[in-house]
Amino acid sequence: MNTYTLPNESGHFGIFGGRFVPETLMKAVIELGEAYESAKKDPSFQAEIGQLLKNYVGRETPLYFADNLTRHAGGAKIFLKREDLNHTGAHKINNAIGQALLAVRMGKKKIVAETGAGQHGVATATVCALLNLDCIVFMGEEDIKRQALNVFRMELLGAKVVSVTSGSATLKDAVNEALRYWVENVDDTHYLLGSVMGPHPFPQMVRDFQSVIGKETKLQFQLSVGTLPDALVACIGGGSNAMGMFHPFIEDESVSLYGVEAAGQGVDTEYHAASLTKGSPGVLHGALMYLLQDHNGQIQEAHSISAGLDYPGVGPEHSYLHDIGRAAYHSITDKEALDAFQLLSKLEGIIPALESAHAIAFAVKLAAEMDESKNIVVCLSGRGDKDVDTVKSRLREER
Amino acid sequence: MNRFEQAFSTLKENKNKAFVPYIMAGDGGLDCLVDRLILLEKYGATAIEVGVPFSDPVADGPTIQRAGIRALENGTTLQGIIAEIGKARQEVSVPILLMTYMNPIYSYGINEFVKDIRQAGVDGCIIPDLPIEEEAIITPQLEEAEIELIRLVTLTTPMERIKTISSKGKGFLYTVTIKGITGARNEYDSELNQFLMAVKEVSPIPVLAGFGISSQDQIIDLTKYCDGVIVGSKIVDLFNSQNLLELEKLMSVFKSKSEIL
Ligand SMILES: Cc1ncc(COP(=O)(O)O)c(C=O)c1O
Repeated sequence: MNTYTLPNESGHFGIFGGRFVPETLMKAVIELGEAYESAKKDPSFQAEIGQLLKNYVGRETPLYFADNLTRHAGGAKIFLKREDLNHTGAHKINNAIGQALLAVRMGKKKIVAETGAGQHGVATATVCALLNLDCIVFMGEEDIKRQALNVFRMELLGAKVVSVTSGSATLKDAVNEALRYWVENVDDTHYLLGSVMGPHPFPQMVRDFQSVIGKETKLQFQLSVGTLPDALVACIGGGSNAMGMFHPFIEDESVSLYGVEAAGQGVDTEYHAASLTKGSPGVLHGALMYLLQDHNGQIQEAHSISAGLDYPGVGPEHSYLHDIGRAAYHSITDKEALDAFQLLSKLEGIIPALESAHAIAFAVKLAAEMDESKNIVVCLSGRGDKDVDTVKSRLREER
Repeated sequence: MNRFEQAFSTLKENKNKAFVPYIMAGDGGLDCLVDRLILLEKYGATAIEVGVPFSDPVADGPTIQRAGIRALENGTTLQGIIAEIGKARQEVSVPILLMTYMNPIYSYGINEFVKDIRQAGVDGCIIPDLPIEEEAIITPQLEEAEIELIRLVTLTTPMERIKTISSKGKGFLYTVTIKGITGARNEYDSELNQFLMAVKEVSPIPVLAGFGISSQDQIIDLTKYCDGVIVGSKIVDLFNSQNLLELEKLMSVFKSKSEIL
């Protein structure tokens, strides 16, 4: 049955992926690939991750049937995979724990990371505190303003947050700076990348660490409903929560996979982050993937109300699934996400992250088009506490 | 003999070292690119590296980042750069190298890119985010057009890999002399000299040192162990501050030495 084995040995998903990094990093990237391959096969490493995910993160997370939301949508049943209930409030910690344990195993003492919304930064800082690793987080100046509370959290946890002012001063520039830092400190530092992007083995490794989401979902759904779900929905920044949800289902052809990008002010404006919907393939941050770029191959700024989706690319595996048609990618505007943010809060008593609100908004539309006998699982990737300020001021502006 | 072989065999005859300056195309306006190429040849450049501005230059430090931003703000495009190089070709006879990240090439179209740079008279390409593992994306086209891919090795590259990399190339081997990104430095890794000697030992092609080189003293010191230097951020700075006197002085490093000796 296991026919889907990508990436291949060189880290490619079809034409996508690869290792487009400066030679200075090649040794580190190759070593990381080897270390990961050996760790993956080591039961004690897997047990260590499992133990922390259970006792520290609080897994497994519930698969919750959202009855009120389902009735509101008026169609297929909507289930929520509650990644918002993880320690630190999002799926990001699943990956941070895996990579930090790998760094320890490789004898690295320092961790560098990038962050957009701050969720990955907080998850990384948390795990570094736990495992006694030095932690430096690069964050765009714009995002530091938008997510001040998360900056303070990271600092409380003992991390050093460095403001990035180059380029558009958002997530893509934070990745640039983290890569530059890694180039200079490659001997003792692990780059704890936060999504399914970057050079091989990151897209594969991050997907594997996040696939606990999809594996649990599959089991839980089987236990409670007795079948497979008909559709999975997840938001896409770099694509890690979506890849973690999708991967265990890729070979189950009856399960439709839907990725939801940020349409910002609309995909026909200049202000969106819909890399698959509106972008084209290119090379950025170590991988060939879909990108938002101009006619001369200059990377464009992404725009979204949610800092975590504000990235002008989408990981190589999604780029591949898009091209072969295994997953479908749609987009949701800022406005629709804001509405869904309030809707889920009011109907279910769950305040979702603005990122996750994109998935909710799409799922409501999708459910309405599907028969009541069908089932949709939405990855609720994070909780919305970090976003209440943003939402408050946006709603005030609108009035 | 192609322009590379010509340049390096002349150096060898004169027992001289290579000086390869880097400039950012479009910094100061694309109109001045031709003049700068002519000037650099006049000042004694062995070959000239022409940088293509990119929005996300991960291998570059602040000086070249800022030059790239200035160039992009001027509306510089890869297409425009290739056209200017084509014009300069009538007057400039040293090898011209394009240094560009992969994405502008990918977006241009790999086949079209190689065809156009060949027509413009570009002799080689340096692509800092294209390690040998990925180079097959462009090497068949480059080989057919007889354009050299200049490959990089760094302080972190294991010796076996340096052998593999250096055996692939024909022009020269670009040896990165710092663990880091571009930009002028005062300090070097203490093991650098030994590293350069070891690279020299295994490389069948000339070995040039680059990244972080900014003074005559450094150049004289480094070229004891290799065949020449590539100077980037310092040259970019000197053009930006229009300090041509200083530029001429820096580039006369080998001339004056050989005359004194
Ligand atoms: C809650 C939440 N969901 C989703 C994302 C998007 O990332 P990814 O697409 O990698 O899951 C982020 C990123 O910060 C996030 O914080």
